[in-house]
Amino acid sequence: MDGIHDLGGKQGFGTIDRNLPEKAFAARWEAAVFTMTRTARSCGALQNTDQFRFAVERIDPVAYLTHSYYGRWLGAVENLLVEARVVSSEELAERVVASGGDADALIAARPDPALGPIAAETASGARRPVSAPPLHELGQRVQTAAAPSSGHTRLPAYARSRCGVIRALHEVWVLPDSNAHGAGEQPEHLYTVEFSGEELWGAGAEPGTRVCLDLFESYLSAADLKKGNNP
Amino acid sequence: MSDTSIPALRAEALESLLIEKGLLSEAEIDQTLEFYNERVGPMNGARMVARAWVDEDFRRRMLADGTAAVDEFKFVGGEVQKLVVVENTPEVHNMVVCTLCSCYPWAVLGLPPKWYKDPAYRSRSVREPRAVLAEFGVELDPDKEVRVWDSSAEVRYMVLPERPAGTEHLDERALAEIVSRDAMIGVAVCESSAVRQGL
Repeated sequence: MDGIHDLGGKQGFGTIDRNLPEKAFAARWEAAVFTMTRTARSCGALQNTDQFRFAVERIDPVAYLTHSYYGRWLGAVENLLVEARVVSSEELAERVVASGGDADALIAARPDPALGPIAAETASGARRPVSAPPLHELGQRVQTAAAPSSGHTRLPAYARSRCGVIRALHEVWVLPDSNAHGAGEQPEHLYTVEFSGEELWGAGAEPGTRVCLDLFESYLSAADLKKGNNP
Repeated sequence: MSDTSIPALRAEALESLLIEKGLLSEAEIDQTLEFYNERVGPMNGARMVARAWVDEDFRRRMLADGTAAVDEFKFVGGEVQKLVVVENTPEVHNMVVCTLCSCYPWAVLGLPPKWYKDPAYRSRSVREPRAVLAEFGVELDPDKEVRVWDSSAEVRYMVLPERPAGTEHLDERALAEIVSRDAMIGVAVCESSAVRQGL
Protein backbone atom coordinates (compact mmCIF):
# COMPACT_ATOMS: atom_id res chain seq x y z
CA MET A 1 0.00 0.00 0.00
CA ASP A 2 1.08 3.59 -0.50
CA GLY A 3 1.69 3.99 3.21
CA ILE A 4 4.02 6.04 5.34
CA HIS A 5 6.19 2.94 5.83
CA ASP A 6 7.48 3.17 2.25
CA LEU A 7 10.28 5.55 3.20
CA GLY A 8 12.98 4.96 0.59
CA GLY A 9 14.00 8.29 -0.97
CA LYS A 10 11.63 10.45 1.09
CA GLN A 11 13.25 13.75 2.01
CA GLY A 12 13.20 16.00 5.04
CA PHE A 13 14.01 13.61 7.89
CA GLY A 14 17.29 15.32 8.69
CA THR A 15 20.37 13.89 10.34
CA ILE A 16 20.53 10.37 11.71
CA ASP A 17 20.32 10.35 15.50
CA ARG A 18 22.98 7.91 16.68
CA ASN A 19 22.95 9.01 20.31
CA LEU A 20 20.37 6.44 21.24
CA PRO A 21 20.30 3.47 23.58
CA GLU A 22 22.47 0.63 22.29
CA LYS A 23 20.60 -2.20 24.01
CA ALA A 24 18.22 -4.20 21.82
CA PHE A 25 15.41 -3.24 24.20
CA ALA A 26 15.71 0.17 25.86
CA ALA A 27 12.74 -0.54 28.15
CA ARG A 28 10.85 -3.60 29.37
CA TRP A 29 7.70 -2.70 27.46
CA GLU A 30 9.61 -3.09 24.19
CA ALA A 31 10.50 -6.67 25.10
CA ALA A 32 6.85 -7.16 26.09
CA VAL A 33 5.70 -6.05 22.63
CA PHE A 34 8.28 -8.34 20.99
CA THR A 35 6.99 -11.25 23.10
CA MET A 36 3.34 -10.41 22.33
CA THR A 37 4.00 -10.99 18.62
CA ARG A 38 4.62 -14.61 19.66
CA THR A 39 1.39 -14.56 21.68
CA ALA A 40 -0.42 -13.37 18.55
CA ARG A 41 1.09 -16.30 16.68
CA SER A 42 0.28 -18.90 19.32
CA CYS A 43 -3.36 -17.83 19.56
CA GLY A 44 -3.80 -17.81 15.78
CA ALA A 45 -4.23 -14.04 15.33
CA LEU A 46 -0.96 -13.96 13.38
CA GLN A 47 -0.02 -16.60 10.82
CA ASN A 48 2.97 -15.27 8.91
CA THR A 49 5.56 -12.50 8.72
CA ASP A 50 3.95 -10.89 5.68
CA GLN A 51 0.66 -10.54 7.55
CA PHE A 52 2.57 -8.91 10.41
CA ARG A 53 4.35 -6.43 8.13
CA PHE A 54 1.00 -5.46 6.58
CA ALA A 55 -0.45 -5.00 10.08
CA VAL A 56 2.39 -2.53 10.78
CA GLU A 57 1.73 -0.70 7.51
CA ARG A 58 -1.93 -0.24 8.49
CA ILE A 59 -1.27 1.67 11.73
CA ASP A 60 -1.92 5.40 12.07
CA PRO A 61 0.64 7.19 9.85
CA VAL A 62 1.34 9.91 12.42
CA ALA A 63 1.97 7.26 15.07
CA TYR A 64 4.20 5.43 12.59
CA LEU A 65 6.58 8.38 12.59
CA THR A 66 6.33 9.34 16.26
CA HIS A 67 5.96 6.11 18.26
CA SER A 68 9.34 4.43 17.55
CA TYR A 69 9.91 0.92 16.27
CA TYR A 70 8.27 -1.08 19.05
CA GLY A 71 5.44 1.43 19.19
CA ARG A 72 4.76 0.49 15.56
CA TRP A 73 4.91 -3.20 16.46
CA LEU A 74 2.46 -2.58 19.29
CA GLY A 75 0.04 -1.02 16.80
CA ALA A 76 0.37 -4.11 14.60
CA VAL A 77 -0.09 -6.58 17.46
CA GLU A 78 -3.15 -4.67 18.66
CA ASN A 79 -4.58 -4.61 15.12
CA LEU A 80 -4.22 -8.39 14.86
CA LEU A 81 -5.47 -9.24 18.38
CA VAL A 82 -8.53 -7.01 18.02
CA GLU A 83 -9.32 -8.26 14.52
CA ALA A 84 -9.08 -11.85 15.82
CA ARG A 85 -11.36 -10.85 18.77
CA VAL A 86 -8.76 -11.95 21.33
CA VAL A 87 -9.06 -8.54 23.00
CA SER A 88 -11.38 -5.61 22.36
CA SER A 89 -10.40 -1.98 21.80
CA GLU A 90 -12.83 -1.03 24.59
CA GLU A 91 -11.31 -3.23 27.30
CA LEU A 92 -7.85 -2.05 26.31
CA ALA A 93 -8.91 1.62 26.47
CA GLU A 94 -10.41 1.05 29.93
CA ARG A 95 -7.19 -0.56 31.12
CA VAL A 96 -5.06 2.33 29.80
CA VAL A 97 -7.23 4.93 31.56
CA ALA A 98 -7.28 2.89 34.77
CA SER A 99 -3.48 2.95 34.85
CA GLY A 100 -3.40 6.74 34.46
CA GLY A 101 -3.12 6.97 30.69
CA ASP A 102 -4.63 9.71 28.55
CA ALA A 103 -7.85 8.57 26.87
CA ASP A 104 -7.23 11.00 24.00
CA ALA A 105 -3.62 9.99 23.32
CA LEU A 106 -2.72 9.03 19.77
CA ILE A 107 -3.29 5.30 19.31
CA ALA A 108 -1.21 3.52 16.69
CA ALA A 109 -3.62 0.62 16.12
CA ARG A 110 -6.41 0.97 13.59
CA PRO A 111 -8.04 -2.46 13.50
CA ASP A 112 -10.11 -3.18 10.41
CA PRO A 113 -13.47 -4.79 11.28
CA ALA A 114 -13.50 -6.47 7.87
CA LEU A 115 -10.32 -8.39 8.67
CA GLY A 116 -9.80 -11.44 10.84
CA PRO A 117 -7.61 -14.51 11.16
CA ILE A 118 -6.20 -15.95 7.94
CA ALA A 119 -5.36 -19.55 6.99
CA ALA A 120 -2.38 -21.16 8.69
CA GLU A 121 0.98 -21.50 6.96
CA THR A 122 1.61 -24.76 5.10
CA ALA A 123 5.30 -24.89 6.01
CA SER A 124 7.76 -22.92 8.09
CA GLY A 125 9.92 -20.23 6.54
CA ALA A 126 9.38 -18.59 3.17
CA ARG A 127 11.45 -20.75 0.81
CA ARG A 128 9.52 -23.18 -1.36
CA PRO A 129 10.53 -25.91 -3.83
CA VAL A 130 11.26 -24.86 -7.40
CA SER A 131 8.49 -26.08 -9.70
CA ALA A 132 9.10 -23.96 -12.80
CA PRO A 133 12.22 -22.43 -14.35
CA PRO A 134 12.88 -18.69 -13.77
CA LEU A 135 11.65 -16.31 -16.50
CA HIS A 136 14.73 -14.08 -16.24
CA GLU A 137 18.45 -14.80 -16.27
CA LEU A 138 21.59 -13.28 -14.84
CA GLY A 139 22.56 -10.03 -16.56
CA GLN A 140 19.13 -9.53 -18.12
CA ARG A 141 17.61 -6.04 -18.15
CA VAL A 142 14.20 -5.87 -16.52
CA GLN A 143 11.61 -3.20 -15.87
CA THR A 144 9.63 -3.02 -12.62
CA ALA A 145 5.85 -2.67 -12.45
CA ALA A 146 4.37 0.82 -12.59
CA ALA A 147 1.06 0.32 -10.79
CA PRO A 148 0.87 0.81 -7.04
CA SER A 149 -0.73 -1.92 -4.93
CA SER A 150 -3.32 -1.08 -2.26
CA GLY A 151 -2.39 -4.23 -0.38
CA HIS A 152 0.94 -5.44 0.95
CA THR A 153 3.85 -5.42 -1.49
CA ARG A 154 7.62 -5.48 -1.34
CA LEU A 155 8.21 -3.33 -4.38
CA PRO A 156 9.10 0.08 -2.90
CA ALA A 157 7.55 3.13 -4.57
CA TYR A 158 10.96 4.58 -5.46
CA ALA A 159 11.71 1.52 -7.61
CA ARG A 160 8.43 1.45 -9.56
CA SER A 161 8.65 1.66 -13.33
CA ARG A 162 12.46 1.56 -13.33
CA CYS A 163 14.97 -0.46 -15.37
CA GLY A 164 17.63 -2.57 -13.72
CA VAL A 165 19.80 -5.63 -14.27
CA ILE A 166 19.38 -9.07 -12.71
CA ARG A 167 22.41 -9.63 -10.47
CA ALA A 168 21.36 -12.79 -8.59
CA LEU A 169 18.71 -15.50 -8.67
CA HIS A 170 17.40 -16.76 -5.33
CA GLU A 171 15.07 -19.56 -6.44
CA VAL A 172 11.50 -19.64 -5.14
CA TRP A 173 9.88 -17.88 -2.16
CA VAL A 174 6.38 -17.23 -0.86
CA LEU A 175 4.88 -14.10 -2.47
CA PRO A 176 4.25 -11.53 0.30
CA ASP A 177 1.62 -9.71 -1.78
CA SER A 178 -0.83 -12.62 -1.49
CA ASN A 179 0.46 -14.35 1.63
CA ALA A 180 -0.04 -11.23 3.78
CA HIS A 181 -3.75 -11.37 2.98
CA GLY A 182 -4.19 -15.11 3.43
CA ALA A 183 -4.70 -15.41 -0.33
CA GLY A 184 -2.27 -18.29 -0.67
CA GLU A 185 1.49 -18.53 -0.89
CA GLN A 186 1.74 -18.31 -4.70
CA PRO A 187 5.52 -18.91 -4.59
CA GLU A 188 7.62 -17.09 -7.19
CA HIS A 189 11.20 -16.76 -8.28
CA LEU A 190 13.07 -13.99 -6.46
CA TYR A 191 15.84 -11.91 -8.03
CA THR A 192 18.35 -9.31 -6.91
CA VAL A 193 17.95 -6.40 -9.31
CA GLU A 194 20.56 -3.65 -9.47
CA PHE A 195 19.58 -0.07 -10.33
CA SER A 196 21.86 2.88 -11.01
CA GLY A 197 21.46 6.00 -8.91
CA GLU A 198 20.62 7.96 -12.08
CA GLU A 199 17.84 5.53 -13.02
CA LEU A 200 16.24 5.93 -9.58
CA TRP A 201 16.87 9.60 -8.79
CA GLY A 202 17.62 11.27 -12.10
CA ALA A 203 20.45 13.65 -12.87
CA GLY A 204 20.66 14.78 -9.25
CA ALA A 205 21.71 11.33 -8.04
CA GLU A 206 24.98 10.96 -6.16
CA PRO A 207 27.53 9.74 -8.73
CA GLY A 208 28.77 6.17 -8.59
CA THR A 209 25.94 4.74 -6.50
CA ARG A 210 23.82 1.67 -7.10
CA VAL A 211 20.89 0.16 -5.23
CA CYS A 212 20.15 -3.57 -5.16
CA LEU A 213 16.64 -4.81 -4.36
CA ASP A 214 15.25 -8.32 -3.98
CA LEU A 215 12.19 -8.44 -6.24
CA PHE A 216 9.62 -11.09 -7.09
CA GLU A 217 9.09 -12.30 -10.64
CA SER A 218 5.61 -10.78 -10.95
CA TYR A 219 7.08 -7.31 -10.25
CA LEU A 220 9.32 -7.61 -13.32
CA SER A 221 9.08 -7.74 -17.08
CA ALA A 222 11.84 -8.00 -19.67
CA ALA A 223 12.99 -4.45 -20.44
CA ASP A 224 12.80 -2.84 -23.85
CA LEU A 225 16.46 -2.16 -24.61
CA LYS A 226 15.62 1.15 -26.25
CA LYS A 227 14.14 2.56 -23.07
CA GLY A 228 15.90 3.72 -19.94
CA ASN A 229 19.53 4.36 -19.11
CA ASN A 230 22.12 1.67 -18.86
CA PRO A 231 22.71 1.06 -15.17
CA MET B 1 2.94 13.04 27.81
CA SER B 2 6.01 12.08 25.78
CA ASP B 3 5.78 10.03 22.63
CA THR B 4 7.42 7.01 24.23
CA SER B 5 5.10 6.88 27.22
CA ILE B 6 1.97 6.49 25.08
CA PRO B 7 2.99 3.11 23.64
CA ALA B 8 4.62 2.14 26.96
CA LEU B 9 1.33 2.50 28.89
CA ARG B 10 -0.67 0.83 26.16
CA ALA B 11 1.81 -2.06 25.89
CA GLU B 12 1.57 -2.60 29.65
CA ALA B 13 -2.24 -2.54 29.44
CA LEU B 14 -2.24 -5.09 26.62
CA GLU B 15 0.30 -7.21 28.49
CA SER B 16 -1.88 -7.32 31.63
CA LEU B 17 -4.97 -8.27 29.58
CA LEU B 18 -3.14 -11.11 27.83
CA ILE B 19 -1.74 -12.36 31.13
CA GLU B 20 -5.26 -12.39 32.63
CA LYS B 21 -6.50 -14.36 29.64
CA GLY B 22 -3.74 -16.91 30.23
CA LEU B 23 -2.07 -16.23 26.87
CA LEU B 24 1.15 -14.63 28.13
CA SER B 25 3.39 -14.78 31.19
CA GLU B 26 5.84 -12.30 32.68
CA ALA B 27 8.50 -14.99 32.56
CA GLU B 28 8.28 -15.08 28.75
CA ILE B 29 8.94 -11.34 28.59
CA ASP B 30 11.86 -11.65 31.02
CA GLN B 31 13.34 -14.37 28.78
CA THR B 32 13.03 -12.18 25.68
CA LEU B 33 14.69 -9.27 27.48
CA GLU B 34 17.55 -11.39 28.76
CA PHE B 35 18.12 -13.21 25.48
CA TYR B 36 18.32 -10.18 23.18
CA ASN B 37 19.92 -7.75 25.64
CA GLU B 38 22.46 -10.11 27.17
CA ARG B 39 23.08 -13.09 24.92
CA VAL B 40 22.93 -12.19 21.24
CA GLY B 41 24.57 -9.39 19.34
CA PRO B 42 27.00 -8.70 16.53
CA MET B 43 29.69 -11.04 17.90
CA ASN B 44 28.50 -13.84 15.62
CA GLY B 45 29.06 -11.73 12.53
CA ALA B 46 32.38 -10.47 13.89
CA ARG B 47 33.62 -14.05 14.31
CA MET B 48 32.72 -14.80 10.69
CA VAL B 49 34.51 -11.68 9.44
CA ALA B 50 37.64 -12.48 11.44
CA ARG B 51 37.61 -16.06 10.12
CA ALA B 52 37.30 -14.76 6.54
CA TRP B 53 40.27 -12.43 7.10
CA VAL B 54 42.58 -15.26 8.20
CA ASP B 55 41.19 -18.17 6.17
CA GLU B 56 41.01 -17.61 2.41
CA ASP B 57 39.06 -20.84 1.79
CA PHE B 58 36.42 -19.79 4.34
CA ARG B 59 36.25 -16.29 2.80
CA ARG B 60 35.48 -17.82 -0.60
CA ARG B 61 32.87 -20.18 0.88
CA MET B 62 31.22 -17.32 2.81
CA LEU B 63 30.97 -15.09 -0.25
CA ALA B 64 29.63 -17.96 -2.37
CA ASP B 65 27.08 -19.15 0.22
CA GLY B 66 26.66 -17.06 3.37
CA THR B 67 23.94 -19.36 4.74
CA ALA B 68 26.26 -22.39 4.65
CA ALA B 69 29.02 -20.28 6.24
CA VAL B 70 26.70 -19.49 9.17
CA ASP B 71 26.02 -23.21 9.55
CA GLU B 72 29.75 -23.84 10.03
CA PHE B 73 29.44 -21.99 13.35
CA LYS B 74 27.03 -23.21 15.98
CA PHE B 75 25.52 -19.85 16.91
CA VAL B 76 22.75 -19.54 19.49
CA GLY B 77 19.66 -18.34 17.63
CA GLY B 78 21.65 -18.48 14.42
CA GLU B 79 18.89 -19.41 12.02
CA VAL B 80 18.68 -17.45 8.80
CA GLN B 81 16.75 -18.45 5.70
CA LYS B 82 19.32 -16.98 3.34
CA LEU B 83 22.35 -14.85 4.17
CA VAL B 84 24.33 -13.06 1.48
CA VAL B 85 27.70 -11.60 2.48
CA VAL B 86 28.87 -8.70 0.33
CA GLU B 87 32.56 -7.80 0.29
CA ASN B 88 34.03 -4.33 0.56
CA THR B 89 37.02 -3.88 -1.75
CA PRO B 90 39.20 -0.95 -2.84
CA GLU B 91 36.64 -0.43 -5.66
CA VAL B 92 33.27 -1.01 -3.93
CA HIS B 93 31.74 -0.04 -0.59
CA ASN B 94 28.56 -1.85 0.46
CA MET B 95 25.89 -0.78 2.95
CA VAL B 96 22.66 -2.42 4.11
CA VAL B 97 19.21 -0.93 4.77
CA CYS B 98 15.55 -1.92 4.76
CA THR B 99 13.44 0.97 3.50
CA LEU B 100 10.05 -0.79 3.86
CA CYS B 101 10.37 -2.03 7.46
CA SER B 102 13.61 -2.79 9.27
CA CYS B 103 14.82 -6.19 8.04
CA TYR B 104 18.22 -7.01 9.52
CA PRO B 105 20.42 -10.12 9.78
CA TRP B 106 19.43 -11.03 13.36
CA ALA B 107 21.26 -14.36 13.20
CA VAL B 108 24.66 -12.72 12.79
CA LEU B 109 24.19 -9.19 14.18
CA GLY B 110 21.45 -9.53 16.84
CA LEU B 111 18.61 -6.99 16.88
CA PRO B 112 19.24 -3.73 14.99
CA PRO B 113 20.29 -0.43 16.59
CA LYS B 114 17.58 2.21 16.90
CA TRP B 115 18.95 4.50 14.18
CA TYR B 116 18.71 1.63 11.66
CA LYS B 117 14.92 1.52 12.22
CA ASP B 118 14.35 5.27 12.21
CA PRO B 119 12.95 7.14 9.16
CA ALA B 120 16.12 9.21 8.59
CA TYR B 121 18.37 6.22 7.86
CA ARG B 122 15.68 4.29 5.98
CA SER B 123 14.73 7.20 3.71
CA ARG B 124 18.19 8.59 2.96
CA SER B 125 20.39 5.50 2.53
CA VAL B 126 19.09 4.63 -0.93
CA ARG B 127 19.01 8.22 -2.21
CA GLU B 128 22.15 9.79 -0.75
CA PRO B 129 24.31 6.98 0.63
CA ARG B 130 27.51 9.02 0.37
CA ALA B 131 26.01 11.79 2.49
CA VAL B 132 24.83 9.23 5.04
CA LEU B 133 28.26 7.59 5.13
CA ALA B 134 29.93 10.98 5.61
CA GLU B 135 27.63 11.59 8.57
CA PHE B 136 28.88 8.32 10.04
CA GLY B 137 32.45 9.51 9.47
CA VAL B 138 33.13 7.39 6.40
CA GLU B 139 34.63 9.61 3.69
CA LEU B 140 34.96 7.65 0.46
CA ASP B 141 37.06 8.35 -2.60
CA PRO B 142 34.66 9.68 -5.28
CA ASP B 143 35.86 6.89 -7.60
CA LYS B 144 34.76 4.20 -5.16
CA GLU B 145 31.35 2.80 -6.06
CA VAL B 146 28.71 2.64 -3.33
CA ARG B 147 26.31 -0.30 -3.48
CA VAL B 148 23.26 -0.16 -1.22
CA TRP B 149 21.40 -3.38 -0.41
CA ASP B 150 17.73 -2.64 0.34
CA SER B 151 16.50 -5.83 2.06
CA SER B 152 13.09 -6.08 0.39
CA ALA B 153 12.53 -9.86 0.74
CA GLU B 154 13.69 -12.59 3.15
CA VAL B 155 17.32 -12.57 2.00
CA ARG B 156 19.50 -10.92 4.65
CA TYR B 157 22.73 -9.03 3.98
CA MET B 158 25.96 -8.58 5.92
CA VAL B 159 29.02 -6.62 4.83
CA LEU B 160 32.49 -8.17 4.91
CA PRO B 161 34.61 -5.10 5.74
CA GLU B 162 38.18 -4.64 4.51
CA ARG B 163 40.84 -5.81 6.93
CA PRO B 164 42.65 -2.74 8.24
CA ALA B 165 46.40 -2.30 7.79
CA GLY B 166 48.52 -2.90 10.86
CA THR B 167 46.63 -6.01 11.99
CA GLU B 168 49.03 -8.61 10.58
CA HIS B 169 50.13 -9.59 14.10
CA LEU B 170 46.56 -10.22 15.36
CA ASP B 171 45.07 -13.70 15.53
CA GLU B 172 41.46 -14.58 14.65
CA ARG B 173 40.15 -13.98 18.16
CA ALA B 174 41.81 -10.56 18.44
CA LEU B 175 40.64 -9.61 14.95
CA ALA B 176 37.02 -10.37 15.90
CA GLU B 177 37.31 -7.72 18.63
CA ILE B 178 37.98 -4.92 16.11
CA VAL B 179 35.00 -5.79 13.86
CA SER B 180 32.21 -3.37 14.75
CA ARG B 181 28.50 -3.90 14.19
CA ASP B 182 28.42 -0.72 12.12
CA ALA B 183 31.18 -2.03 9.83
CA MET B 184 29.05 -5.11 9.10
CA ILE B 185 26.05 -2.87 8.29
CA GLY B 186 28.42 -0.90 6.08
CA VAL B 187 28.31 2.49 7.82
CA ALA B 188 31.80 2.23 9.30
CA VAL B 189 35.20 0.86 8.35
CA CYS B 190 37.29 -1.33 10.64
CA GLU B 191 40.18 0.30 12.47
CA SER B 192 43.18 -1.57 13.87
CA SER B 193 42.84 0.23 17.21
CA ALA B 194 39.08 -0.22 17.62
CA VAL B 195 37.41 -2.33 20.26
CA ARG B 196 33.87 -3.50 19.56
CA GLN B 197 31.31 -2.20 22.00
CA GLY B 198 28.73 -4.58 23.39
CA LEU B 199 28.23 -8.26 22.76
